[in-house]
Amino acid sequence: MSARTSVNSKRSRSVVSHRVAGISPSGIRKFFDLLTTMEGAISLGVGEPDFTTPWHISEAGIYSLEKGYTMYTSNRGMLELRQEIARSLNAQYGLKYDPATEILITVGVSEGLDLALRSILNPRDEVLCPEPSYVSYQPCTVLAGGVFVPVPTSVANEFKVKAADMERRVTERTKAILVGYPNNPTGTVLSRRELGAIAEVAKKHDLIMVSDEIYARLVYGIEHTCAATLPQMQERTILLGGFSKAYAMTGWRVGYAAASPEIIEAMTKVHQYTMLCAPIMGQMAAIEALKSGEDACLEMVADYDRRRRVMVKGFNDIGLACFEPKGAFYCFPSVKVTGLSSNEFAEKLLVEEKVAVVPGSAFGECGEGYVRCCYATALADIEEALRRMGRFVERYR
Amino acid sequence: MNKEVLKILEKDARATPQQIATMTSLPVKEVEKSIEKAEKERVIVKYKTIVNWERLGEEEVQALIEVKIQPQRNVGFDAIAERIYRFPEVRTVYLVSGTYDLAVLVVGKTMHETAAFVWQKLATLESVQGTVTHFLLKRYKEDGEILDSGGEKGKRQPLTF
Repeated sequence: MSARTSVNSKRSRSVVSHRVAGISPSGIRKFFDLLTTMEGAISLGVGEPDFTTPWHISEAGIYSLEKGYTMYTSNRGMLELRQEIARSLNAQYGLKYDPATEILITVGVSEGLDLALRSILNPRDEVLCPEPSYVSYQPCTVLAGGVFVPVPTSVANEFKVKAADMERRVTERTKAILVGYPNNPTGTVLSRRELGAIAEVAKKHDLIMVSDEIYARLVYGIEHTCAATLPQMQERTILLGGFSKAYAMTGWRVGYAAASPEIIEAMTKVHQYTMLCAPIMGQMAAIEALKSGEDACLEMVADYDRRRRVMVKGFNDIGLACFEPKGAFYCFPSVKVTGLSSNEFAEKLLVEEKVAVVPGSAFGECGEGYVRCCYATALADIEEALRRMGRFVERYR
Repeated sequence: MNKEVLKILEKDARATPQQIATMTSLPVKEVEKSIEKAEKERVIVKYKTIVNWERLGEEEVQALIEVKIQPQRNVGFDAIAERIYRFPEVRTVYLVSGTYDLAVLVVGKTMHETAAFVWQKLATLESVQGTVTHFLLKRYKEDGEILDSGGEKGKRQPLTF
């Protein structure tokens, strides 16, 4: 008997809290372990850019260290960064946020999401969220004491959530709508009208809109709609943004929340007691990104777009039906033609052809039958992965 | 002429019209036409490969030479620039602002050969007033490519959400 279990039995209660015990572990651990032991495997299972941070941005981070910027910043984050974010939100969307009271620098959108949910949810408050959705939405809602209410979407509508499907699930306990567009894992982007319809539900039922816009800059041939720009929505929107995807800065861990002073004050409270502040060198680098990262961002987006087209056509050519994703850097093809579940597909594909993808079921029930494939991968690798997957599909269809 | 096609080719000269068509969602015919036109009008000058000969232990001596010129009536620097760039040893010639006029990159097999080219051919040209020769010690980056990189790959976690 291990030491841990003995502690368990002595106290006759579990060491791990019921809340945490109730959260399912990440569904990709076994693939991860398999993949790391494999020679010649190609992974389409990543969720970050394949570019390194543009050099002038990294250099700003290095310079800040050299100059001795190694301390805490204010809890809300460096004022200069908050000012730059306010300026950039104004330039991009015409939005006005007060850097002093309406912007908080977070450790990536991941922390921003946690803070937002913890700041607005009372026990058993419900959060409506379109599915498939990013893997942390459900657990973060539960950890904040809320109830996650998935709103299923389907490929027939390119995984766009319908306002009516959302409204049907509104109860007196519903507190917020949580959306992430451009979407991870589907790559779906909503038009201004489509997001506007969701906003109407929020206004009609007095709900807060938590909008994860980390992929805002990665859109192709369609304009990104920021939730806060919809009529009368700024005051009820918690806008979560960051630098990871637009500027290839995932490892720097910097993001931000923009919302009303009341909400930002509440989020700052949680942030100050749990995180204190975002890392200073990341904040310094983020200032540089906003000041002069535009060209690099546009160049990366153009490059993703080329690979996006290759992957979408490639999947359709080998018989894995794939709608055109207009944002982020993911394709979400159907694997139903193989007769395998998305989990079986991912596992057999990795073992037999050494290509890693993420099963759609990891993102919610209605992701079953699909796999997430990232095209932020070298073009030659995408082409080789498509050849291997073509062989694989031939064997099973 | 499609600029997106040119951008793709500039990054990878081996991209086929088929591949470029997929990357741009253009018809193959249109891509081919665009390339043909660019080649004909010398917008596409040439397709080349960047070779790092040092990896094979091949010795090659390069020198960057600052050349000061006395410009000539009517033709300015062009005539003398041509006299220089016609030599096959000369790989690159730029007219620059500052304390000298032409920046010339010369390649030879040995240091002696390269130096000899400078004092026998370059320095003796009538309108050349003076030269300063800088032998290249190490090439770090060539045409936007970091020669010894490769270290930046494989740092991503193989599977993330």
